[in-house]
Formats: sequence, structure tokens, C-alpha cells
Amino acid sequence: MKLKRNIAISENGFLFNPETGDSFLLNPIAREIVNFLKEGNDVADVKQLLFDRYEVDLVTLEKNLEDFLEMLQHNELLDR
Amino acid sequence: MSFFLKENNSIPNQMEKLEYERPIINKVNAGMPDKFGMSTRVPVMSHIEEVAIKDIMDQYGSPLYVISEPCIRNTYRQAQKAFASRYPRVQFAWSYKTNYLNAVCKIFHSEGAWAEVVSGFEYSKAVENGISGDQIIFNGPEKSKADLERAINDGAMVHLDSLDEFYFLGELAQNLNKKAKVALRINLDAGIYPQWDRFGFNLENGEAWHVLTRVMLHDYMELLGLHTHMGTYITAVSAYAIAAKKMADLAIRLFRKFNHSVKYLDLGGGFASKNTLKGAYLPGSDTCPSFDDYAEALTSALLASELPPERLPLLILECGRALVDDAGFILGRVLANKRLVDGRRATVIDVGVNMLFTSFWYEHDVLPTRLKSEQTENTTIYGPLCMNIDVIREAVQFPLLQRGDAVVIPRIGAYNMTQWMQFIKLRPPVLLIDEDRKVHLIRKQETYEQFNAMETIPEHLKT
Ligand SMILES: Cc1ncc(COP(=O)(O)O)c(C=O)c1O
Repeated sequence: MKLKRNIAISENGFLFNPETGDSFLLNPIAREIVNFLKEGNDVADVKQLLFDRYEVDLVTLEKNLEDFLEMLQHNELLDR
Repeated sequence: MSFFLKENNSIPNQMEKLEYERPIINKVNAGMPDKFGMSTRVPVMSHIEEVAIKDIMDQYGSPLYVISEPCIRNTYRQAQKAFASRYPRVQFAWSYKTNYLNAVCKIFHSEGAWAEVVSGFEYSKAVENGISGDQIIFNGPEKSKADLERAINDGAMVHLDSLDEFYFLGELAQNLNKKAKVALRINLDAGIYPQWDRFGFNLENGEAWHVLTRVMLHDYMELLGLHTHMGTYITAVSAYAIAAKKMADLAIRLFRKFNHSVKYLDLGGGFASKNTLKGAYLPGSDTCPSFDDYAEALTSALLASELPPERLPLLILECGRALVDDAGFILGRVLANKRLVDGRRATVIDVGVNMLFTSFWYEHDVLPTRLKSEQTENTTIYGPLCMNIDVIREAVQFPLLQRGDAVVIPRIGAYNMTQWMQFIKLRPPVLLIDEDRKVHLIRKQETYEQFNAMETIPEHLKT
């Protein structure tokens, strides 16, 4: 699961896909996830990093992370 | 993808963890601000009349209805003041069908409202709530023999809806050898669409005048008043001015011909509440006229008419939704979050159209009781029923709630606690917050046993 390479993300959560011209707004935790993915972490790493940092139970985190990755996929931001 | 946590990778000493919110990504549609051109800040409602919603739900569960007694009283007093400060003789009659929970009716009655009923069932409730016959207005197309006999004996105001009813009532009154107190329900053109011409008698085509003449000549009827109720959620105050003028003119015409002064003009209800109609461009809270606006239009027309100042008829109003919508709340919880095929977010809550009938015509607000951030996602909110019609809100910017989080739907006091359906689920309990902020259970959660006790199984189907 990899983010498309040329995707740009700003510090305040603004994401731009030059391939399609689409722009997106991300909340802080979503921005973090995208950055983790950009740095080459795999999904299990990302999940561990978030679990360590946030006050959340594992089931909720897994549900939400899976849903978020699906949305990245849906918006054509991932390389399969 | 793998969803197993790697062991031995966690931070050694437990630092204070950050508050969690689920990750979201929202596509930006450049050049497309939302329809009001303002930012979507999510309002939060954590308390109702200073009582914490969390405490209420901890004690009574979910879903629930909550009614605010202070809100009912304030609203009623505003309405009363708006009219009484402009016209000397004003009387509200509480529209039972709008909310006939006894506690609610009794609040209105304690503020001075009479009862406006449209069935024998509602009539019985009014009597039980301490209203005497001469303060009951009996409207509606269906009144049974027993209903009408009771109304005649009690001296209730029977508002005639059809010629058939006129004959029927006349016969019953004659048999009882009593005069029935009647008014005529009149439908008229006040410039609003649709014109409710199915109730009562039409003014413009002469039907109303024709029947009025017959009532006047009837030995067992006494004409007390004239009534119209033009429709509901009428935002054009001018319609009330037109209707008031036409009703006043009719009363004057009656006086000229029969030397008979009607005791009252009943202009019905129909004032809008602050809810937003589906498809409306602006929120109802911005477009809804105030009681003062309605009162100004209506009473100006009456005072400008040729009604003699020393014999002004009583002005009766039968407002329903405008008096009680704001006082009602539904509390519920998130059951699930889902993703629809097109990527939209769907949130399922435990409040369905079975208990929120008005979601078919209003865009109800669904509010969080606490917020972790201002983040929202375009969301469709579904009820819990396994039915496609069970949609509470379509495509709203909604905060990132999780399963179990509480939601509040405000402004649901009108028609939901009467048009509620025993469909798939039993009806939830209703609470009242009184003026001392004490919480009372005013209608219990329905039980399986009660419901099943209504049914009988034929012998051949037993075993
Ligand atoms: C005869 C009559 N009066 C009053 C009302 C109350 O109407 P609203 O809630 O629009 O004020 C109704 C409701 O339909 C009605 O039929």
C-alpha cells in the first residue's frame, strides 16, 4: 500500500494530486497518516505509531484506518 | 493489508496520549461554497434547559424524547402577548393533534389555552385534562353519533365540516331537544397554495353563505362563530390579513341580514415553526415570521374592518407547531458508521422515521452533544429501521462521531409524538423537564407485553 509518489501535502493538511488536479483537506491525524505512508511505513507500522500516540482502542483504530485507506483508494491517491 | 500489531514496538514509558479523532479526507470543490456561503461550524448541544444530556441518557437510555416545560410556557406567553397587545379579546385553543401528551396539554391549559380536538379520542383527553365542554372546539370531518351527542350535551363548539354533518347534527340536537352550539369551518382564497378546499364550506362560491343561512334558521342550532384554518407552515403573513378581512366581512354580512353577532372568529393555526422545510434555500430560523409579524397582519385587518369596536368578536387561534416545535428534542446514539459505494459517509443512528415523522418534510438538525474538533464529513444519516425510507438527513456536514456517541435532534415537539409509528420498534419514553429543571417521565417506554396483549389468535391457529 503506497501513496502515489508525486502527491504533495502541506503542513495545514492541504493535499494536492497533480495527476488529476484534485485537492483535499485532511484533519491532523489524517495528515499524519499520509506523512507516515510517504515516509515508507507500512500499514501495520502506521497503526502502531497511532496507537502509541492516541487515546484510542485498537478496534476503533483499525476500523477507522481501514476506512481511511479505502477513501485514499477511492480518491485514487494510492498505488496498488 | 495486515491488521496485527507488531509486538515490542511501543513507546516504553507511557506518555500522556493525544485525544483521538478518526482520520478524514474531504475533497475540495473549488468555486463551490456551500449554499449559505458560510463556514460549516457544527453547533453542539450538551444540555437541555441546563440539564446535562449525558445524565439524562445515562438514566433513561436511548432513544428518548425530551420536552421542555419552560420553553412551552415562554413560547405560549410570547404568542399570547403578541396578539393580546394588539387586539382586546384573544383566546388560544391548543391543537391536540399536534401533541396530545396529557402533561403537554395541561401545560397549555394552565397557561389559559382551550382545547381544539378533531376526534372523540382527543375530546376525551381534553375532558380528562380538565377542560369543560364550553372550552372545547370540535373540528374535523369525522364526528360520530356518540361524539356529537356528547358535544351537544356539554355545550362544546361543533365546527361543521360538511352539509351531511349539518343534517346529522340537527337531527341529534332535535332528538335531545337541545340547541347545538356551532360554527362553520370555512375555506377561502387567501392567496396561498395549495388552497385547502376539502375542509368546510367554500366562501367565494357562496356555499358558506348558503349553509350559514340554514344554520341561522335552524331551531336546534346556535351559531357561535366562524372558523377557518388555511393550511400549515404558512410563512406569508399577508394570507392572515386577507383571511381576517374576509371573515370579518362575513360576520358583518350576517349581522346585517340576521341582526346576529357571532361570538368569535377562529382563524385556525398554521403559523410556521423555525424548522427548515426540505429544499428551502434558507434556514427556517431566518425565514419564519415572528408571532408579532402574524399578529400585526391579522389584527390590523380585523381592526380596519367594519366590525363595530364595541362588539368585537373573540379572536380564537389554534396554533400547533409554532407553539410546541421548539420545546421537543430527541436524544439518540450512533449505531454505526459506514461508507457508501460512491465514497460518501453514512452514519446510522437509533432514531428512525418511526419516531421522527417530520423528517419527511423537515431538514432536521442532528447535533453532537460534545465535539473533539471542528472537522466534519459529508454524511447521510440513516435511522435503524431495515427500510429504505428510513433517512433522517441527506448529505449534511457532520462531525466525526463514533459508535455510542450521543446526538440531539432539536425542534421536534410538533406532530412527532402523535404521528409516531409502532413500526418495527416500540415507542420510546418521553421525559419532561419542568421549570425547576426536574426531569419527569411523562410517558413510559412501550412494552412487548402491552403490544402483544392487543392481539388474539383464532382457535385453529393455536398450538
Ligand atoms: C383545524 C386545525 N386547527 C389547527 C391546526 C394546527 O395547525 P398548525 O400546527 O399548523 O398550527 C390544525 C392542523 O392541521 C388543524 O387541522
